[in-house]
Amino acid sequence: MKVMIPSPLYDYTGGDYEVDVDATNLAGLLAELERRYPGIRFRMVNEQDALRGHIRIFINGVAVRDMSAELNPQDEVFIVQALSGG
Amino acid sequence: MKPNNGSKPSKDNKPGNKTKTIKAASPKTVSPKTVSPKTAVPKAAAGSVALLVSTIKGAFIFKSDTTRSKWKVRGPFFLGHIVHHMVLDPRDKRTLLLAAKTGHLGPTLYRSGDMGKTWKEASKPPAFPKAKNGEKGRVVDHTFWLTPGHASEAGVWYGGTSTQGLFRTEDGGGTWAPVKGFNDHPNYSKWTGGEQDGTPDGPKLHSIIVDPRDAKHLYIGMSSGGVFESTDRGANWLPLNAGCLAEFHPDKYPEYGHDPHCVRMHPLAPDILYQQNHCGIYRMDRKEGRWVRIGDNMPKSVGDIGFPMELHPRKADTCWVFPMDGTLVWPRTSPDGKPATYITRNSGRSWQRQDKGLPPKQAWLTVKRQAMSADAHQPVGVYFGTTSGEIWGSRNEGGNWHSIARNLPHIYAVEAVELAR
Repeated sequence: MKVMIPSPLYDYTGGDYEVDVDATNLAGLLAELERRYPGIRFRMVNEQDALRGHIRIFINGVAVRDMSAELNPQDEVFIVQALSGG
Repeated sequence: MKPNNGSKPSKDNKPGNKTKTIKAASPKTVSPKTVSPKTAVPKAAAGSVALLVSTIKGAFIFKSDTTRSKWKVRGPFFLGHIVHHMVLDPRDKRTLLLAAKTGHLGPTLYRSGDMGKTWKEASKPPAFPKAKNGEKGRVVDHTFWLTPGHASEAGVWYGGTSTQGLFRTEDGGGTWAPVKGFNDHPNYSKWTGGEQDGTPDGPKLHSIIVDPRDAKHLYIGMSSGGVFESTDRGANWLPLNAGCLAEFHPDKYPEYGHDPHCVRMHPLAPDILYQQNHCGIYRMDRKEGRWVRIGDNMPKSVGDIGFPMELHPRKADTCWVFPMDGTLVWPRTSPDGKPATYITRNSGRSWQRQDKGLPPKQAWLTVKRQAMSADAHQPVGVYFGTTSGEIWGSRNEGGNWHSIARNLPHIYAVEAVELAR
């Protein structure tokens, strides 16, 4: 599936803003991103396995926070830095 | 209710009195003796000084010439990151550790072995353990404070976080582990209070101090919580707050629950501790085990509230503070808009105002707890950074101040370090 990466995380992906990942759920997707880009997961997910307050993830346009959310190969995943701050 | 320290201007605050020694107002409350360093006094430094400047939008390194007259800046490093602390390893004078996060991304640490030319991220930054099912787990919002370990323990560092936690690395900052003796102490919740007991930016564990005589002897400060001590490398802890006022607390002299803003140990006289507290300036001779309020001897119009405190590198009875307005709603700015440092050269029996070169009025500066530092030259250089992005320096122990930089982002920390030749 296609995963869109927000610009604050380009340092981890080497500038790639779109990556292909095989995963069956959100937890697996984040684990795969961590395997490829060490350190990236902890910037998005805290030590209690919760998405950080200003990170949003959309699967096919639907916001999810549940790590068990299922994924299919044709899904599009957007990782978004939430609009917050001034 | 926060303490009202009095803010009305008085004759003590007039420019004409700026070099006047203020005599002890309440001799009964303080009886420190002039201290002789317990170990040989090191020779004063003479080389270049670097200021490691941490800001809300990245980090900078200012490097001086050997006269400390001219400064060159490098940076910003990690532009856009909130950098709470950048510290040089005094054991090799080359390795930097930097604690960072952004407004949106979680906290991490970076390490440089070449004074900031290249950086490597920690593979395991400070983090609390995953909570068991049904329990609420703690989360590190940011690493606030970094302290190198003992001289005999290369690669060891300590980190203090918000939420309050103490972490340790043994590999130079690559992987961090909780200090369980503190983080899982049966009294942790009581000592640290709740989220409401922290600073507006969250509760902080700070002022991590390693006794130069004994790697197992540690102190920490918590805002809030107080000062705590361990003699077994962090396996167990005890409060160390006797004599210290907590004016905001129902019990004015509780065992814990205080708000030490900045705690310092003199490296040459490690039994001498100082703290700039939420409720005053204190000093302790550890053998006596009781804090003595030496801020009572500050002019009443200025008070003894502030964030930072810095010690003379060779004289244990000499230190600087940067008072702020701690009245009513706590503006946290220079009292009456007239910034100054105050120095004592006799362990707090008297204080002298130092404002020559600083704006004489309408300067509402705030200096945070990590944002004042001293070098090791003779005379000692003293430096402070403001939340309005200014760096001020003095080449003569606060006698004259000059601007080193302005228009930087909000400054969290300034660390003056001597560079290897």
